[in-house]
Amino acid sequence: MFGLDKRDTTLLLIVACLAIFAPFILNPFPTDSGLAQFNAGYPDLMQRFVIFGIFAIGFNILFGLTGYLSFGHAAFLGVGSYSAVWMFKLLSMNVLPAIILSVIIAGLFALVIGYVSLRRSGIYFSILTLAFAQMSFSLAYSVLTPITNGETGLQLTLDDPRVLGQTSTADGSIPVTNFFGLEMRGTYEMAVGPWAFQFNMGYYLCALVLIAAFYLSIRIFRSPFGMMLRAVKSNQQRMNYTGLNSKPYTLAAFVISGMYAGLAGGLMASMDPLAGAERMQWTASGEVVLMTILGGAGTLIGPVLGAGFIKYFENIFSKINSNVLHSWFSFLPDGLEDFIVFIIYPFIGKGWHLTLGILFMLVVIYLPGGLVEGGQRIGNWIRGRKKSDARQNETHPAE
Amino acid sequence: MSKTDLSRRGLLRTGAVTSAGLALPTIFTAQSASAFTNDPTGGSVTLGFNVPQTGPYADEGADELRAYQLAVEHLNGEGDGGMLNTFTSKALEGSGILGKKVEYVTGDTQTKSDAARASAKSMIEKDGAIMITGGSSSGVAVAVQGLCQEAGVIFMAGLTHSNDTTGKDKKANGFRHFFNAYMSGAALAPVLKNLYGDDRKAYHLTADYTWGWTQEESIKAATEALGWETVNTVKTPLAATDFSSYIAPVLNSGADVLVLNHYGGNMVNSLTNAVQFGLREKEVNGKNFEIVVPLYSRLMAKGAGANVKGIHGSTNWHWSLQDEGSKAFVRSFGTKYGFPPSQAAHTCYVQTLLYADAVQRAGSFNPCAVAEALEDFEFDGMGNGKTLYRGDDHQCFKDVLVVRGKENPTSEFDLLEVVEVTPRAQVEYAADHPMFAGGQLGSCNPGS
Repeated sequence: MFGLDKRDTTLLLIVACLAIFAPFILNPFPTDSGLAQFNAGYPDLMQRFVIFGIFAIGFNILFGLTGYLSFGHAAFLGVGSYSAVWMFKLLSMNVLPAIILSVIIAGLFALVIGYVSLRRSGIYFSILTLAFAQMSFSLAYSVLTPITNGETGLQLTLDDPRVLGQTSTADGSIPVTNFFGLEMRGTYEMAVGPWAFQFNMGYYLCALVLIAAFYLSIRIFRSPFGMMLRAVKSNQQRMNYTGLNSKPYTLAAFVISGMYAGLAGGLMASMDPLAGAERMQWTASGEVVLMTILGGAGTLIGPVLGAGFIKYFENIFSKINSNVLHSWFSFLPDGLEDFIVFIIYPFIGKGWHLTLGILFMLVVIYLPGGLVEGGQRIGNWIRGRKKSDARQNETHPAE
Repeated sequence: MSKTDLSRRGLLRTGAVTSAGLALPTIFTAQSASAFTNDPTGGSVTLGFNVPQTGPYADEGADELRAYQLAVEHLNGEGDGGMLNTFTSKALEGSGILGKKVEYVTGDTQTKSDAARASAKSMIEKDGAIMITGGSSSGVAVAVQGLCQEAGVIFMAGLTHSNDTTGKDKKANGFRHFFNAYMSGAALAPVLKNLYGDDRKAYHLTADYTWGWTQEESIKAATEALGWETVNTVKTPLAATDFSSYIAPVLNSGADVLVLNHYGGNMVNSLTNAVQFGLREKEVNGKNFEIVVPLYSRLMAKGAGANVKGIHGSTNWHWSLQDEGSKAFVRSFGTKYGFPPSQAAHTCYVQTLLYADAVQRAGSFNPCAVAEALEDFEFDGMGNGKTLYRGDDHQCFKDVLVVRGKENPTSEFDLLEVVEVTPRAQVEYAADHPMFAGGQLGSCNPGS
């Protein structure tokens, strides 16, 4: 289907099913139970899973295929967000023009940065992209304050023009983002016994975009263009000696991946119309590298898994405070309870970075192919096959 | 390799799947039936405490969280009741809010607008929080206030001192108890005039973000009205930790007063640098060189150590105040945690009680009813004297303290002494004052 072979179609269908049924899959625990803490099926987090999934898919087109490690991808995400918010301020609250503009602007931005940065490869390329991203961050943070509103972040106000829409609603508030009248924040709650499932309009828009982005990424991976990018990764020098100019290919990959980031930024602003400079900071760029490597660089589905994994930790684990811990272990004798809480406490709540760091190290050391390799190993172990066969799989991890 | 050849069957199938995908979202447009967001239906009500637990303002955040926990205890009738006994409104009885037990969830703002909004959103969407409060930076306060307006819950701002929070960026669902940059300027100016005279040359170093800009604008206007001359204003990046390169030019500028529009770690570092450069021993234009810190806090004074001695600034509240409300609060806080509360803790504690009281008086959790109960509400017994929550911009008006770094501190908490309590009338301003112009409250949003 869709011009894909059977394996890729299955993969696409799996991603589509995961995305469409996410409100069920992510809410496995009844609302009133103690485990409801671990439910992730609320609109904001689901949107984040999907948006960062798109971001990571785009990053993977550059890093996974060409091996060029960009350390400044968050700049494109930020540029996309700013463009989208400006569209909401000036044109209308419809998300479509905002998202289109954010993709275009991020693409142009990537063209300029890529043109300069791709003159070098390896570590020099990484440093150049990092420098550009930090420059964009400082520009957004202080120099370009009239455009970006500095540290406070760009926000909508009641007196924005919005020439094609309305400046403010009849009851005097800022109109909400919509897709031809469908409000992004509209949520339908379905109560099934003790469970409550939330179906959010904005989430489903993001999910459809994710499926489209994923499909496009499969097509790129399987195209002659994708093959050329892989050749760049395995031996660029040899490629150059054969008389091929690899620069147009790498630049195209860089721009496509920048446009993906812009798309993610535009979606982010469409879900929550605010753009802050922190989105462009180097930590944000580092995060997408982590997501891709954690999930499995060079694989199709890996970056999506990695994005989900990190966002889950950031939003769910950081919420567990010492009170929650005490209530979990309250069945133990007092001294023992305090001792166990004392042991676990540094790893949860504000210590979630620590847990994530440990997991990241374990994954990189024992599963260099990321979560995807873990999945494959488990699959092979169940089927009782030898590991060598698994290497034939099309979705192999990057070396 | 790509396959672009489409068969008739393949095209039909693709078309069917695509149209099903596009049609899918239309079944989700229905809204839930409740009159407002997160209407508490069970026997408890959830408040969301969104404070910085990591990053440069983590100290303030930790103290805010302590105060919130104390406020929840008092609202549920545990502990000694604290300020509930001195508060002039007697609507709260220590049996929760409207008979519902108060529960809370916490989140980490990381002092970043994005993270703060994500954390507030998850509290609203996942935990069903009916009110969000906290924060220790104006940038975050403005961002979260905007989010609460859109989501339809009340936002009770924590420590935020920028004029914009209740000025250009004010929102109908947002309320601020803390004082602001304009009030600091108005309170400090007369004291500075008495101390240093009306013929001074000031040099400003300013943190480069919303709070710094409004702070500089306010203090500059207030001192220029005294007859002071502003020699130069320099913006410093928020992330800076070494201010030597900014201090050196001050020496040659001919200025005889340095105004540090810095907060938290910034102020600790810039003040330390200034003292190391020997600014305080210098004499310029025949006068002693002076340093002024418009926004002071005890936590900052602790960080800067002996350098704060004799330096003047303004603050919202200080634990050494001797009115009944302050004493009651310091007593319950001290009993529970073993040290006195900071001004951040005070404003957060008071905001929680004010919200609970407004709900109780309104008889409903509906944000619009609560906002109406808070607007133009006058109260006393919360440590700042008679206070008014002005309805025009949701800003509290109360006395402002001018404080000085103590020469001979008796303990590690006794670092500031109150020089003057500036009466409320002196720091009041019209709601359409130019420093606060450009924004609109809009109308209150009860959400779905």
